[in-house]
Amino acid sequence: MATHYDAIIIGGGHNGLCAAAYLAKWGRKVLVLEQRHLVGGAAVSEELYPGFTYTVCSYVVSLLRPWIIRDLELAKHGLDIVPLEASFTPHLDGPGLCRWPDGGMTRQEIQRFSKSDADKYPDFGKAMGQLARFAKEIIDNPAPNPASFRPKDLWQMMGLGQHFRGLGDDLGALQFKLSTMSGTDFLDEWFESDQLKAPMSCSGIIGTMLGVSSPSTAYVMLHHYMGEIDGSSRAWGFAKGGNGSVSNAIASAAKAYGAEIRVNAGVEKIQISGGVATGVVLKGSGDVLTAKQVISSLEPKLTFFGLVGENNLPDSDFIRRLKQYKLRGSSGKVNLSLDRFPEFACRPGMGPHVHGDVAIAPSVAYLEKAYDDAKYGDFSERPFINAIFPSLLDPNMAPPGKHVMSCFVQYAPYHIKEGPEHWPERREAFGDAVIDTLSEYMPTLKDDILHRQVLTPWDLEQDFGLTEGNIFHGELALEQLLFQRPVSGWARYRTPISNLWLGGSGAHPGGGVMASPGAMCAMAMRDEGAI
Amino acid sequence: MPKTTPFHPRTSALCTSYAWKEWAGYIAISNYDRHSEREYFAVRGAAGLLDVTPLFKYEITGPDAGRFLAKLWTRDISKISVGTVVYAVMTDENGEALDDGTVSRIGKNWYRMSSSEPWLHWLHRHSRGYDVQIEDSTDRIGALAIQGPKARAILNPLIDGFDLNKMRFFKKRRLKFAGGIEVQVSRTGYTGDLGYEVWCDAKDALKVWDAIVEEGQPHGLEPMGLDALDVCRIEAGFVLQGVDYLSARHCLSDFQLSSPYEIGLGWTVELEREEPFLGHKRLIAESANPEWDIVGLELDWAELERLHEAENVPPHLSPTACRIAVPLFDASGERQIGQVTSTVWSPLLKKYLAIAQVMKPWTSIGTECRVEYTVDFYRADLGCKVVKKPFFDPPRKKSTPGRAKKGAAVAKKEEAA
Repeated sequence: MATHYDAIIIGGGHNGLCAAAYLAKWGRKVLVLEQRHLVGGAAVSEELYPGFTYTVCSYVVSLLRPWIIRDLELAKHGLDIVPLEASFTPHLDGPGLCRWPDGGMTRQEIQRFSKSDADKYPDFGKAMGQLARFAKEIIDNPAPNPASFRPKDLWQMMGLGQHFRGLGDDLGALQFKLSTMSGTDFLDEWFESDQLKAPMSCSGIIGTMLGVSSPSTAYVMLHHYMGEIDGSSRAWGFAKGGNGSVSNAIASAAKAYGAEIRVNAGVEKIQISGGVATGVVLKGSGDVLTAKQVISSLEPKLTFFGLVGENNLPDSDFIRRLKQYKLRGSSGKVNLSLDRFPEFACRPGMGPHVHGDVAIAPSVAYLEKAYDDAKYGDFSERPFINAIFPSLLDPNMAPPGKHVMSCFVQYAPYHIKEGPEHWPERREAFGDAVIDTLSEYMPTLKDDILHRQVLTPWDLEQDFGLTEGNIFHGELALEQLLFQRPVSGWARYRTPISNLWLGGSGAHPGGGVMASPGAMCAMAMRDEGAI
Repeated sequence: MPKTTPFHPRTSALCTSYAWKEWAGYIAISNYDRHSEREYFAVRGAAGLLDVTPLFKYEITGPDAGRFLAKLWTRDISKISVGTVVYAVMTDENGEALDDGTVSRIGKNWYRMSSSEPWLHWLHRHSRGYDVQIEDSTDRIGALAIQGPKARAILNPLIDGFDLNKMRFFKKRRLKFAGGIEVQVSRTGYTGDLGYEVWCDAKDALKVWDAIVEEGQPHGLEPMGLDALDVCRIEAGFVLQGVDYLSARHCLSDFQLSSPYEIGLGWTVELEREEPFLGHKRLIAESANPEWDIVGLELDWAELERLHEAENVPPHLSPTACRIAVPLFDASGERQIGQVTSTVWSPLLKKYLAIAQVMKPWTSIGTECRVEYTVDFYRADLGCKVVKKPFFDPPRKKSTPGRAKKGAAVAKKEEAA
């Protein structure tokens, strides 16, 4: 039985689901195809140990666009994002550094390392906040097209130019520095305390195969500030139920609008006829499903080289550029089920300091050393770890009194020297390095572990379709953002294949649990009259 | 010096913010922490524990208690069965709203009313000819609200011989609590979420508090203050006397008076009665054509961002609800059609919400209007739209899992709505 859809969306991650929800809301007949047994992609929660739910891959929400939450009524579909209360950096000596939403409390903390830094910290926040407003303009609109003379595009570029000028000379200069400098060089211009600069620089390296001293890492720090405030509340938060509940809420909205979602339905290839996408072929059954439009929310290389096929791509320039698109996954994930809360030696208890994110980033040198291991094809012996305790933010994640811990770990380079396919043999050693590192700060941790899940970049690729284990579907480096994401000239969700659209994290504005690539892809299709 | 409640030894020890306020002559906590976010999210995600002792409470006993209360309240209290709570409005002889609150029937001849204002004198004044005793039990009874999706899971193990899964919305029972303490538990609250209120003798207050906190901590229970409550009550669409409308006893002009119909509480007025109630005649006339109503508004966030953008500042709203009344205009911005009385940013819905008293015909769902709004001290106006209240209405608020069939029916009905 052949069913014809207005649009088929490949990939049931949060972006694919979001595109489907918008299209269905506008009355289109849409189908989402997800190859795993559950939706969510890399925004997924699974009970892998009885009673303990892991937010398996992605673990916090900062940039999920509030207008999407409103448009799709995600709160009614179960989305509840609890704000993170602090950013805690434990130390082996002294009580560590905790940065709070409260300015006065943060000042007290930083003063222990540098009075001058404590004074400057709010100024830095203000400057970054101002720049983040500029960046926000960018992520909430389709990428500007600098080569176009269409009035609409010119208007948009002018708008951005005006916005940029509106920053004034000082902020303009700062924006320029931010776009070119390394995270640590940029921070050196502001602060003297190593203990402060170390955790601050981390936001510049997340998901990239770069070190804190690598040029252009400063820009990514800006994304961190973009998610600071929405309305009255801090936007950095934990979605109750883990990030799977973000996907589930969007899926629930999509279904309520009439979208069809199929799991265990992997796509073998996209059917192309005369340079036009006409449908998809399912894995296994070989069934053909046809649609007016096909959206891939998969990573761009996987989409074009995996599902379209190089010989179907008309434009050799496109092929060349896409081949240059950098993925280079650099991180892994460790999820733990814990019998009790493993307290930090430097600051015991289960107080608000552990109700946020915890960064193992004691010094800039530590982070750089972690990168050194990775440069030469090893995982870091002492990695940067960003951990949260989901069970403290949502007690439903574990049985009463028990806990789960989510650890984002960098560096775990996809290209280890043995070759990526040898990651499975090194998986447990990698897991051990993470536990050993954490145990230096949490002495009882090893005794408290009931179950652990270790995800290497290889696993992220094999199980979640994240090519080379890159969590953002392509590095969030400046040269791969905006009108260059995924490649120059094709940043407006259209692709060289007619009726094939790109609506995942490999499209503007990029990775993270934002859902805007999916939403804006749907909007572009509507605005261009494709559906 | 304001009074302290019987829970004070516990609440004051936890109040690291020292953020207290006065509530009906008692000192009450605004927020325990430096901000109220954690408490708010506890209510919506786990459970919050709030000391509501300062609510005025009156025990009305005697053979005529039901008839007597029916005379004062818009609901026909004489008809309610033991174990039932009703929400209603108290009106004066002219049918103007004096207060809103709850009346519960705890025993055959035992009722309790709770209110935001003291009414002992009013009760005595109208009790002539009724065989009733009236006691102001405000100080004698400690009251705790435990609100949020985990409220039942926390409270249930503490109750002897009854399963809270069977207690329906707006029911109340006398129960034995944590080793023999006499309490009453009602499925009520002011948050629009699943929740209960526990009423106990003041001397047992600390034992009740300790038991709930101990049971609740692994579930994420947080003590909660009035700032978080205010955010929740607006999301729930509840009006607050003194903020969204004024009790007739405080009104200085006719304009300030409101009938129950004019404050969105016409649904509580039961006009078909065997015996008349205060303001009955006037309300029969009023019911046909009230001039005002209280509605929910959703403020246009995109326009708000543009207004701020024009002044080159980012929008950043207060995390607490705003109780400063501002004028509301029709879509043209020319004609004033009412006033916005409570405003709040909903962290859950990511929406800027308001409660407003509005003239007819601008009260119907979908009506576009404009509200006064200032950016950087400059007066502007902002688009808004009349939307359905409650703004947030989770099925768990009313569902009763222990009564599978009915609970499911309620949930289903809500879903459909």
